[in-house]
Order: sequence, then structure tokens, then C-alpha cells
Amino acid sequence: MSDDEAGRVIVIGGGPGGYAAAFRAADRGLSVTVVDEGDGLGGVCVDRGCIPSKALLTIMETILRAREASEAGVHFDDPSIDLDALRTWKDEIVDRLVGGLDSLAERRDIEHVHGRARFVDTDTVEIDGDERRSFDHVVLATGSRPRPLPGVEFGERIMDSARALALPDLPGSLLVVGGGYVGLELGQVYATLGSEVTVVEMTDSLLPGTDEDLVGPLSDAVAAMVHDVRLGTRVEELTEADGAVEARIDDETLTFDRALVAIGRVPNVEDLGLDAAGIETRDDGTVDVDEHRRTSNPRVLALGDVAGGAWLAHEAMREGEVAADVIAGEADAFDARAIPAVVYTDPQVAWCGLTEAEAERQEREVKVERFPWSASGRAHTLGASAGFTKLLFDPDDGRLLGAGIVGRQAEALVAEAVVAIEMGAVARDLEMSIHPHPTLSETIGEAAASFHGVATHVAH
Amino acid sequence: MTKEFVLQDPGEGLHEAEISEVHVGEGDTVEEDDVLLTVETDKVSVEIPAPFSGTIEDLRVGEGDQVRVGEVLLTYDEAGDDGAAQKTEESDEKTAGAESEQESDQETDQAETPDEEPTELERGESSAEEEDDESSRRGDAGAETEATTKRTEKETAETTRDAHDRRRPVPASPATRRIARELDVDLHAVEASGPEGRVTADDVRAAAGEDGEGRERAAEPTREPAASADRADFELPRLDTPGLPDFDRFGPTERMPLRGVRRVTAKRMALATSQVAAVTHHDVADVTDLERLRRRWRDDVEEMGGKLTPTIFAMKAVVTALQEFPRFNASLDVEAEEIVLKQHYHLGIAVDTGRGLLVPVIRDVDRKSLRDLAVEFTELAERTRNGDATRDDLTGGTFTITNPGAIGGTGFTPIVNWPEVAILGMGQARLETVVEGDLDDHESATRLRLPLSLTFDHRVVDGAEAARFVRRVVDLLRDPESLMLDA
Repeated sequence: MSDDEAGRVIVIGGGPGGYAAAFRAADRGLSVTVVDEGDGLGGVCVDRGCIPSKALLTIMETILRAREASEAGVHFDDPSIDLDALRTWKDEIVDRLVGGLDSLAERRDIEHVHGRARFVDTDTVEIDGDERRSFDHVVLATGSRPRPLPGVEFGERIMDSARALALPDLPGSLLVVGGGYVGLELGQVYATLGSEVTVVEMTDSLLPGTDEDLVGPLSDAVAAMVHDVRLGTRVEELTEADGAVEARIDDETLTFDRALVAIGRVPNVEDLGLDAAGIETRDDGTVDVDEHRRTSNPRVLALGDVAGGAWLAHEAMREGEVAADVIAGEADAFDARAIPAVVYTDPQVAWCGLTEAEAERQEREVKVERFPWSASGRAHTLGASAGFTKLLFDPDDGRLLGAGIVGRQAEALVAEAVVAIEMGAVARDLEMSIHPHPTLSETIGEAAASFHGVATHVAH
Repeated sequence: MTKEFVLQDPGEGLHEAEISEVHVGEGDTVEEDDVLLTVETDKVSVEIPAPFSGTIEDLRVGEGDQVRVGEVLLTYDEAGDDGAAQKTEESDEKTAGAESEQESDQETDQAETPDEEPTELERGESSAEEEDDESSRRGDAGAETEATTKRTEKETAETTRDAHDRRRPVPASPATRRIARELDVDLHAVEASGPEGRVTADDVRAAAGEDGEGRERAAEPTREPAASADRADFELPRLDTPGLPDFDRFGPTERMPLRGVRRVTAKRMALATSQVAAVTHHDVADVTDLERLRRRWRDDVEEMGGKLTPTIFAMKAVVTALQEFPRFNASLDVEAEEIVLKQHYHLGIAVDTGRGLLVPVIRDVDRKSLRDLAVEFTELAERTRNGDATRDDLTGGTFTITNPGAIGGTGFTPIVNWPEVAILGMGQARLETVVEGDLDDHESATRLRLPLSLTFDHRVVDGAEAARFVRRVVDLLRDPESLMLDA
């Protein structure tokens, strides 16, 4: 491929996957245009997803830790919450990050077009219905949007996650529909700020699909924080009326000040002209791609939520790098063996690689080593002894296949397992690597040592 | 014991291939390195040799089947393996048991190569059948039944494990995996030096250095019969060469992977230069009259969709010469110590494409008119440039013409397109002042002169024949009428 031919890349969507692709492509010497409808780069993640939710969850943690300090004889008054100031603080973080991304794009000479692009044929896109541009490659990164309850539109009081993150007010009562990570994170935030929260989940478990043992401590914490948790329950009707939300649940009608519907996301594939460009989708509506992120139109690559996968920002970012490198003619492919997932609840839950549930589904034998944080000195000092670290090994050769962690700082701890899995590490590698003491990271080393029956802080 | 033979990457980093020929049948006994199958990828056809000696049991593919890397092609009973296998089982029942469970684990572990496996059920059934067959053949019955059953389970486990090991993700760091992609090395074929089978970057580089495709396939082209000459993909004949110096010590460098057509060309050229005793003979043809003729008819042929280029005339002249000098239309079968004289005249014409040099073949040039040749070649060249040439288009040549004359050149040394015997190179036709006549009576004239370079395999023909062959081509080109009458 000549430089000239690969010289024009149009990235549709400026979320984490889109900007990662754009930045990488520009770093590879390609000229790049990003077309995005938003006010700046960052997409849902920065503007109304990962970042604002983590800002609020940090405040939640501060409040919870302050409460727990009373056990140590340190007493704080109940917090008084200035919602406007909290909102401003959160929005400023978002603005700062969006500004940072925009300036990173600018310094790479990336053209940023505000608008909506759609394909008119296999090698042309149209922006906002008028300007047409031919392209050599398009990176499709249009992301996803919250899935509404069937027959229920989002509105002022029936909120999606973006609306809930905007903190319109502090509702006296909040119905959270969906016990997945979005519902639980925001449910805990609102509960901590003072709302009476009811969580309704259709399946029999919170965080459906996640290993049961990891969900256990979280379920306990959620139950202690919220007003009510109803599992195996459907919201049959949800209507907005008279400054309130009425929900029909278990044949009774309950009234809430607001509702948050967080039952998943749908890919943004509509009105993109995918047919005109010869881009095929899968049964679930996501765009079909190969390991090089190529769609059925070889000049169009797709990544992130619109192309399915784990629907996680960091996955999309790596996919974006792959897409850009593939366009630049590099021998790259998305072949990650451990995609981490983090739930920022209190306690946090994180996992990567093979899960016990997946191993069971595959009927694959694994050796599971759990290290309880009750045996970790650092966990006690953190007041986090209810957590544990679990590692899944190949029973034959001790190769690390997966990890699951529930407890404080799980977000950071899981990264070690990701690197270990990607590097093909075996139990002994983790066991013999010195972990700083006292930290929670020791629990990974100890769980690995348990594979050979030699963990220091548990008796075998 | 029954084992499965799965398709590995036939080179080029491909995932899929078509079975173009099946050389064995069920029940056949094969020796290691016997050719089992020929598979065809988008560009080349590759023969798959047996990495074992034994008996073919269940042949699971037929001609025309599309197969994917990792797919089971056939099962076989490895010769002389029974005793050893049994011993292993007895000494390590526990391990075998573990493997048996492992089997089902890995069965569904398709992280690396999804969508290509027979379902668990299918696999289970067929394995069981094979084992049954095997035991009845062995006459294991009665008192031994239980032992046999036991062994059957374990063997199935081992068999499946073999297949699984190829599909299971190979432990290797992301950076190592990337290097493997860049060097086009199948990680499954790399010998691991790390603990518990971890493949290191050095392992990958070593595998790439050894034969460019991983270590497991090592066939020596010199042992291949000439009949398989159409194969474009074979192992590079390698001499022990010293390692490359560290170029970065001298200045910045960049590395790009050797891929696709470039890689095939590298192999073919290395093979040709190592096999052929090449001599190049130069001559010059006066094409003044021919060019006039060409210009007269050019538009007429163009209307029919053909480009009447000098190459078209050269094809006709070459075929006439080949008919008179049959040893230039031949191949040397070293193994049989025979020269294969071909009674068909299929000319390969080198075409410069965006992907690299390809040589599409015009068949039966002797039976076609100049006009037909012009139309056919124009279309074939176009198809080749677009990457739409089929395997048939690119194979079966008996002699090759290469014409970089449009760019320039007064002479060069083409490399014989092995296993053919000779190749004709055309330089750039130039107007030159020539002196015609004899020592006493001569005059100068301005003529259009075309340099020709014939490289031939001195093992098959000698210099005098080559001089005569080229002279014949020169004469035919000089005198278009003779071209019409004789060709």
C-alpha cells in the first residue's frame, strides 16, 4: 500500500476507541479526520460514562470511609451535600479531560469535524447530509447507547445513565432497573448521597454472568446500603406521571421520585449507510469484524461497542490501535487473552481472562486458588478483610488463565493478572516475584503460591 | 494408535485453503514425506507431506473441500508405535486420565481459531469408531476387552490432545506474538524454550530463520520429482550462511516482513539459481519491418480488445523456435535422469503487478493467431494485475518471456523460471545506425533494433544450440513474413 493510498483515514466517532485509532494513525504518519457529533473528543466514556461516574464514586468512597472511621474512634458528622458544587466539580474534571484530548488531537494535526457521517457507497461518506468525502479507510467507532426498557422511553424522570450522571437532583427515592455494573455503581452513589434506592434485577443474581463468589461480598454490601434488592423480578410497566415514576413490579404499583434504567446498551448502527458501504452486521446488530478489525468492506474497520466484544472502553482503545496499525500496514491483530473488567462499586469487583463460569461452560478443568483477605495484613488496616483474590490455573502446567478479585483497589490489582496472563506466566512466576509488603498485591503472590501448597499466610 | 492430522498454515499466514488433490486413500500405507494432499491457496498450490509413516484410516476431506487451519484432514495409525504408546499409558495412567478431561476442556477452547471445529459430538463419535475398527483388526477380544476399552479412552484423549495443542493459545507474550505475525511464523510450529512451553521472541526468530515458516515442515526440494514443478511454494534450499551483522550499528534501519508474492518470488529465485546451470546468450533482432507491421495492425487489434505489443510477436517467434528446438521446451527430471520434452507450448509472460512479479501463462500458443494472442494476453494481464488470476492462469508454463523493454535496458540476465529450461528477455528496441553489407560493399542504415537475452539451463542444452535458437527467433522477428509463414 502506498503512502498516498493509505493517507486518508476518516474515524467516525471520537470515543476512546475512535480517538485511540485516530491518535495511533496520526502517529503512524497518516492524515486523519475524526467526525463526531459531540462537543469534544472522549465520547460517552469521558463525557457521560466512565469518568463522571468514577468522580462520583470517589466521593462515595470518601463518605463511606469517613463513616467506617467511627469504628476506630474517629467520628465525622454526616456530610452535607452541595449538589451544585458537586456537579460543577465533576463537570470540570470532564471538561479538563476533553480539553486535553482535543489538544492532543490538535498537536497531531488531526482534523476534527463536528457532525454526523454516513456512508453513501463503499468509498464515500457524507457529513451532515451535504459534504461528501471519499476515503481510503474509515474506522467505524460509533459506540453504543443505553438500551431502553421495551415500550418505555427515557425522559426527565425515567433516566438513562447519562441523565443520572448529570445529577439533576437528589431524589428521595430511586428505582434502579438492572443489577449490572452501571445500575449498582450509580445505585450505590445515590444511596450514599441520601436517596432511598430499590434495585430490581431480572436474573437471580446481581452482576449477572459474573462468578458467584465474587458477587457475594458485593451483594451483601449492596443489601446493607439500599432500601431493597429484588432479584428474579421484572419491571412490567414504567410510567412518568406528576413529577414521579410509577412502576409495576410483582403485581404492585410502586412510586419513585426517579428511575434509572440500566439494562445494557445497543450498538449505534442506525442511519450509517452500512448497506451502501457493504458492511455486514451480526445477528445482535453489531458490526462483524475479523481479528484485524476489518469489516466485510475491506476499507472499513470497526471497533468498540459498535463491533461488539466486551463493550469496554479499554478494549475499544486497544482495538483502535490495532485498526490504525492495520491501516498503516503493520502486522497487528486483536489477540488479547485477558480483557479486564472492573466494577467500581464498594467493594470493587474485577476480573480478567477465564472466569469460573466460563470454565464450567467449556467444561474445562481449572485449579482455583482463593486467598482470603482476612489473611492479609494490609486488608485489615484498610478495613477490607471481607475481600478475596482468586486465581485460575491450568492444573497441568500452572499457567495462569484467569483472575477475579473482590475488594478495595481491585481496579489496580487486576492489572498484574492481566500482564501475567498475556505473558504466559505460570504460578511460580507470580509466587517468586516479590510483592511489596504490606499491600493487597501480596494476595496475588499468595494465591499463586497456594497452587504449590506453600502460601505463607494460610495453613495448607 | 490412531492420530489426527490437522491442517497447519500452509505458508503465507493463511487460514483457509482448498483441497485440490488427494493423493492417498483410506487404508493406504504412507512413508514419512510422502505427499498426502495438495492444497491451493489464493495464489499458489502447496503439497502437504506426511510427517509420519503409517496407515491412513479416516480420510475426512475430498477434492474441492475448503479447509481451515486446525481442521482435521485425516486420521492415521502410526506405524511401529503400538508398543511405545502402550508403555506410556501404563506408566502414567494418572496423566492420561487428566488428559482425558483436558480433552473436553480444550474442545471448546477456540479462542485462537473459532468456527472451524467439528462439534464435540462428531469428534467423539468418529474417534470411537476408529478405535473400534482398530481393536477388531488387532484381534483384541474376550479377556482383553476391558484393557482395550481402557486404552481406547486414553488414546482418544491423546489424539485429541494432539489436535488441541495446535489450537490452544500458545503461551507467548504480546510482543512475541506480534513478532510472530511480522515474521509470518505460526506459533504452534515454534519450538518453545521457555518454562512450561512458553515461546520466546528468540524462539520465533529462530523458527523464522530456519525455514521462514517454522521448523516443522522441512522438505528438500531436490528430492521432489519434477512432476510437481508447478508448485510455487516449497522450502528454500538453504546453505549454512553466516548470520547477518547488526546493521543498526552502522545506521538506522527498518524491517519489513517478507510477504505474499515477494516471499514466493524469493523462494523461487533462490531455488532456480541453486538448481539451474544458467548461461545467458545475447543477440539483437532487427524489428524495423515488424514494427511497421505492428503499427499498421495495432488499431485493428485494439478494437477487438487486444494490445498488439512486441511481446505478442515474440511469443509467436519463440513457439516456432521451440518447435524446432524441443529441448528448450523441456524440464530436467534429476531423480529419473530424464529430460521431459513437452509437447505443448504454454508460454509464461512476466507481468509486473502492484503485488509483485507474476507470470500468467498463455496456453497452446502454437495454435493461436497473433490477434487471438493479443486479445487473450491483454485480458489475462489485466486479470493478473487485479489479483484475479486463478491457479490455472499461473501454472503450467513451458517457457517464459520477460519484457522490461518498455522501461529500458540493453541486455540483462533473466533467471530461468524453474523447472523450465530457458527464459527469453527482451530489452528496449532502439533506432540505431547499422552497417549492412560485407567488408567491401556496405552502407549505413537506420534500423530499429531489439536486444534479446536468453538464459538457459546448461544441464539440458549447450551454448551452440542456444545461439541457434536465439538466431531463429531473431530471424523470425526480422522478417514478419516468415513469422506468418512459419509460425
